[in-house]
Amino acid sequence: MTVSTSTPASTAGSRVAEGLRAYLLIAGMWIRAGMTYRTSFVVTVIGNLLLSGMDFVGILLMFSQVDSLGGWTLPEVAFLYGLSATAFGITDLLLGSSEVLGARIRDGSFDTLLVRPVPVLAQVAADQFPLRRFGRVIQGSLVLGWALFAVDVDWTVPKALLVPVMLVSGALIFGAIFVAGAAFQFLAQDAAQVQNAFTYGGTTMLQYPPTLFGKDLVRGVTFVLPLAFVNWLPASYVLGRPYPLDLPTWVTYMSPLAAGVCCGLAGVVWRAGLRSYRSTGS
Amino acid sequence: MTDALTEGFIELDRVEKVFDVRKKTGFLRRERHQVRAVDSISFTVARGEMVGYIGPNGAGKSTTIKMLTGILTPSGGRLRVAGIDPSRERTRLAHRIGVVFGQRTTLWWDLPLIDSYKLMHRMYRIPDARYRENLDRLVELLDLGALLDVPVRQLSLGQRMRGDIAAALLHDPEVLYLDEPTIGLDVISKARVREFLRELNTERSTTVLLTTHDLSDIEQLCSRVMVIDHGRMMYDGPLTGLHEIGDGERTLVVDLERELPPIEVDAARVVKIDGPRQWLAFPASASAAPLVARIAAEYPLVDLSVREPDIEAVISRMYAEKATS
Ligand SMILES: Nc1ncnc2c1ncn2[C@@H]1O[C@H](COP(=O)(O)OP(=O)(O)O)[C@@H](O)[C@H]1O
Ligand SMILES: [Mg+2]
Repeated sequence: MTVSTSTPASTAGSRVAEGLRAYLLIAGMWIRAGMTYRTSFVVTVIGNLLLSGMDFVGILLMFSQVDSLGGWTLPEVAFLYGLSATAFGITDLLLGSSEVLGARIRDGSFDTLLVRPVPVLAQVAADQFPLRRFGRVIQGSLVLGWALFAVDVDWTVPKALLVPVMLVSGALIFGAIFVAGAAFQFLAQDAAQVQNAFTYGGTTMLQYPPTLFGKDLVRGVTFVLPLAFVNWLPASYVLGRPYPLDLPTWVTYMSPLAAGVCCGLAGVVWRAGLRSYRSTGS
Repeated sequence: MTDALTEGFIELDRVEKVFDVRKKTGFLRRERHQVRAVDSISFTVARGEMVGYIGPNGAGKSTTIKMLTGILTPSGGRLRVAGIDPSRERTRLAHRIGVVFGQRTTLWWDLPLIDSYKLMHRMYRIPDARYRENLDRLVELLDLGALLDVPVRQLSLGQRMRGDIAAALLHDPEVLYLDEPTIGLDVISKARVREFLRELNTERSTTVLLTTHDLSDIEQLCSRVMVIDHGRMMYDGPLTGLHEIGDGERTLVVDLERELPPIEVDAARVVKIDGPRQWLAFPASASAAPLVARIAAEYPLVDLSVREPDIEAVISRMYAEKATS
């Protein structure tokens, strides 16, 4: 028996590095496989782009009837939309495959992931890497790019920095929900539906100004499931819009912290889920 | 490390696996019960051994393999493979074992076969030269040359199984577990897989643990066989011993009116007495009816029953399954 001298933190770090490496290996394989049919790849990405743009068309149609939504102008709503759609798009691209975990548990093929020497979460997330979902990221970024020019904001360094911070934190917060959702599929194999309510539902909600929603809901997504840190809170500050809840300014900079807490919790939930796995009798 | 060398390479000490099963018994009503899939099993396998692990469907073979790979955590007992506790250090152990599941593939279903191998190469960090060498050898021995560019989903069952076996061996595992590797294969594919396994074990002295409910796999491959049924070990020894038990003796249990000295009849002998109850052994090939008639004529008989030796009942059930499957 060899005694491990490494600290828990360093082993956790090396596991993350191992996971990323495995993720890139597997995703790379799928990307190469998908690229062999270049034209069909381009067509599906564009198709996906147009499809995911439909909800923004809905917002445009609304603004053809009204001048503001909950007191927010079209470029401001587009700012929210671009942030939410891009952050979600990145996560959906990187982790969306975890949706089929429940099916793999049910048909028993999850067993085969456990006999490989790399972290299971990386294998689950990178499986069938859906490059077509890149369409949503492009579409969200286009809307965000336009909004950045169109909004009436005196850009300062902190405000400008908040934009990439929101995208990364947002993607991580959505990522935590994806991972926790995947973990619940160990208990109930159709939990993916519930997870979709939080992810797809969440991203749609965040595309609209917080002023449109009831205070209880806003409180819920600020303090309980911190979706508000994806864009609502920091964006309200950037745009100089009042947030429905009376919060000190420093809270707007707390997105990375919220994201870190979410990811930590999701990691714990994932490990618990994996531990509860009992395979299937065939 | 030392205990892995002096003792078995695979060691199980009173290992148990109990599943909590919930069954729907009606609208919103669920019944809970426990399934003892593996019930206090102990055995050791030495390095380089090739062991058959057999038993009828539902005996607990797959559950054992899943514990040996770290997929499942035992409910009790102690289990070590190469000195490693599989469920606690599953990833570390993965580098040292190869696993083939007959009923499901470890290959990437939608990708060409060679892509799975390339991925294994990186995942297991197999040195380039070693990977090339192993791949070339396995492709030749398992006749995979023409299949490398075919997506796995398009392979026949026999081709896929050969592809899976190659995938499990690319990283030079010290032990290979195969769970029903010949299930559903045609005669030629079966022969090819068996031939390959024999060579693997003799030439490269890879330890092989093979589960099957097909006795002919074992007859052709393994000198040692373990028989499991209802999660319990029924037999662990040479294949020849299994054959002897196969045509062993049956037991006639008779209840007499009162306690009497041992019954005396030819073609049977008393092996046990407990009050008015006596156990008589007689050849499995003989019919019980004349024996019963003779005893009934001379002794005050109240009740009787014939018992198959447990192991024989298990084996005959396996043969019956083989005939129907
Ligand atoms: N994951 C599981 N959950 C519940 N019961 C199981 C599970 N796996 C196996 N069993 C039960 O345990 C017993 C042994 O199963 P298994 O090990 O698959 O048998 P074998 O491989 O010998 O056919 C069976 O009764 C089976 O139904
Ligand atoms: Mg089985």
